[in-house]
Amino acid sequence: MFQKMMTGALIAGIAAGLLAAVLHFAFVQSYILLGEQYETGELVHFQTPADHATEDHAAVAEHDHGSHEHGDEPSVLQRNALTVGFTVLLYVAYGMLLTAGFAIAAQFGRKITATEGALWGLAGFVAFQMAPGMGLAPELPGSAAADLTSRQIWWWGTVVATGGGLALLAYGRSILTVVAGIVLLALPHVIGAPLLDAYYGYAPTEVGAIFSSRVLGVGLVVWVVLGWLAGRQWDRGAAA
Amino acid sequence: MTTTTQTKTQSLLAPILGMAVIGLTVLLAVGHAQSATLHDAAHDMRHATGFPCH
Repeated sequence: MFQKMMTGALIAGIAAGLLAAVLHFAFVQSYILLGEQYETGELVHFQTPADHATEDHAAVAEHDHGSHEHGDEPSVLQRNALTVGFTVLLYVAYGMLLTAGFAIAAQFGRKITATEGALWGLAGFVAFQMAPGMGLAPELPGSAAADLTSRQIWWWGTVVATGGGLALLAYGRSILTVVAGIVLLALPHVIGAPLLDAYYGYAPTEVGAIFSSRVLGVGLVVWVVLGWLAGRQWDRGAAA
Repeated sequence: MTTTTQTKTQSLLAPILGMAVIGLTVLLAVGHAQSATLHDAAHDMRHATGFPCH
């Protein structure tokens, strides 16, 4: 059984991860690189293009851009290959969690098909990307954010609460489970994500906004495809 | 019948736990671990999939 589940999760995760990588380079990567130009001071916000042409680059270099260092810069090919690899790994992990969820649902007599899998994928997107993103918007390099550990804790809490809330709403059978589901969905946002008292990011808000929108758009597509594929694999495995 | 159901439940419990544990471990490693090497390697993916990065 484990082998069947793992095979299904791997097939769905690798396929969805490769799709995510293609969409990443089509829609997202150029904005990461643009954000990094602001992060490193190569570009400076609040300058018109004419101002920038006469910019004193020594002054820009002196600009304090925080303590974040990327260490030795890898080649573009190496950097992008790592992005593809880690994107595939991430969606394989999500595929495993979805498949484990399918197995739990099956224990309660739910039949998981490709269509139901796509709905699970949608729920996964909401739990892992949209709900955390409503407190902690996808971060463009060059934007400022609160303490990392507290953000990671809020991220995990939001994922667990949102996932649990959606499961209660989808599969609960009483008014109590519906109420509990809504409370769980709302709770992380009532508590609130760790935010800064003042914002001092270097990148323009316009770049951050389109970056966040694109991250969420790509995430939605990939999650639905992942869920559909994982559901299809599960259905085939269960029928075999 | 009860015995069959119990056996089936127990036999699925291990694979479910196994999948969940491996999935969560990979998720923690690629998305959240802060070792410099992992962070730099996974950097663009973390930004592009909504993880708190740095």
